Amino acid sequence: MSLGVFVVLALFILGSALGVILARNPVRSAMCLVMTLFFLAVLYLFLDAHMVGTLQVIVYTGAIMVLFLFVIMLLNLQTDPEESSATTTLSAAGGLCALFVGLLMYLVGNVENVPEPARDGFGSIQSVAEALFLRLMLPFEITSVLMLVAIIGAVVLAKRKIQ
Amino acid sequence: MWIEIGIAAIKSLVVLLMVLQLAGALGWVERKGSALIQDRIGANRAGIPLFGTNITLQGLINTLMADPLKMLTKEDVVPHGVDRLLHTLAPLVTLFPALVTFAIIPFGDVLVVGDREINLQVARLDVGILYALAMVSLGVYGVVLGGWASNNRWSLLGGIRGSAQMISYEVAMGLAVVSMILLYGTVDLQTMAHEQGHLIGGWLPGWGILYQPLAFVIFLTAGIAESKRVPFDLPESESELVSGFFTEYSGSKHMMFFMTDFIEVIIVAGLGATLFFGGWQVPWLYRDGFHLPGGTLIELPNLVVALLQVASFTIKVLVLCWFQIMVRWTLPRFRYDQLMNLGWKGMLPLALANVVVTAIAVLLVQDA
Repeated sequence: MSLGVFVVLALFILGSALGVILARNPVRSAMCLVMTLFFLAVLYLFLDAHMVGTLQVIVYTGAIMVLFLFVIMLLNLQTDPEESSATTTLSAAGGLCALFVGLLMYLVGNVENVPEPARDGFGSIQSVAEALFLRLMLPFEITSVLMLVAIIGAVVLAKRKIQ
Repeated sequence: MWIEIGIAAIKSLVVLLMVLQLAGALGWVERKGSALIQDRIGANRAGIPLFGTNITLQGLINTLMADPLKMLTKEDVVPHGVDRLLHTLAPLVTLFPALVTFAIIPFGDVLVVGDREINLQVARLDVGILYALAMVSLGVYGVVLGGWASNNRWSLLGGIRGSAQMISYEVAMGLAVVSMILLYGTVDLQTMAHEQGHLIGGWLPGWGILYQPLAFVIFLTAGIAESKRVPFDLPESESELVSGFFTEYSGSKHMMFFMTDFIEVIIVAGLGATLFFGGWQVPWLYRDGFHLPGGTLIELPNLVVALLQVASFTIKVLVLCWFQIMVRWTLPRFRYDQLMNLGWKGMLPLALANVVVTAIAVLLVQDA
């Protein structure tokens, strides 16, 4: 991926991510998150991970975020009228950002072996399927059982009669 | 390199214009077709007055010239209190995914020009049909945004209904597609169309619907639900919600929602033709000509073969479009709980069972 493409995409992703936290209106916030996830998918496509990029659009952009919007509209959330205290927010955000940047610098400084560039066919449906269903069969099955447990748990909790 | 870009641009342009033209033409088919079904005459007034006569061309002038002109020149009313940005964005967000989906649907095999073989498909992606599912899943945003940004209770209800309905039926549609992926062993639509060129017993074209009739019924039902047409037009539901999620739209924005409706019909028809009816396959026609069941070979030049294939694909799409329009004018609208019950309790288990049975059958055939 060329640097120019990356910079443009990164600007789009950062801009829409900022929109998520800066928008006062919950629906606009959610739409900005949709855009962030969509541009991330485009980033994956440029990194040769076609399968992951497409699944990102199907699952996150196309399904999970629709449910977010659905809940926001169903609860009829209104624009947040309250000005939150700027100093508290800014200092908390600044502290967290400093921590994150520090960790990142530490990580970049300690990279020992740079991984090789992706092989041909990397990220294709065949290679993802091979990894999932041949090499990583057991973790894959365990993850699916874990998700099933979570789904059943959610249904049980939702069905419980309110005392 | 420039030639490749030029070819790609021409293919995209041709497909885009064909889809848009067909969407317009379907508007006419729907009007005249509904009139036929309901024993009326249909659009027959608007015309071009010439030499004392009124040229209406069976209502074509009405649908293809009068209506678009009216829509485009109408005032764009934006009601008070709407979220202007999202209100304007909604029709664009609806139209865009619908228009780009056709890029992966193959409309022919290959066209040989000089020593160059042109694949008659706008984009051959290695994620194949997953791309179509991804784009279809984006279509819901226009409905949700249109419903929410209009600041109107009816619109909001329509938007909420639309989002729940489209998410529910996407699942069944995806599973119907999964059984076809299992059958063909690929996600690439061009390869799927090639696979359907084999013959059963030496004479019967092995189209997908012969192997997967249940998947076809589920796919078409879910497809009609995704395009939000009767009997699944709960998000629009004009007898209770005025016009649902696009109540507060007028002029060209309204026309965009209107066009999307027909474009989605064409996409469902295109995908259905490719998955279940052999795509561009003409029975017994291969790259060098007709191989008739008796063993006779009628040789044909490549250009004729390609044209026959494109014609075959077009006819299949038109037939499936007409079928969807017939369904729309035949069935009454579902109630909302019936819609949800059908989606989750009827089609989802059926589609899941179909996937399991298909997987077992494919395994058994592979082992045999």
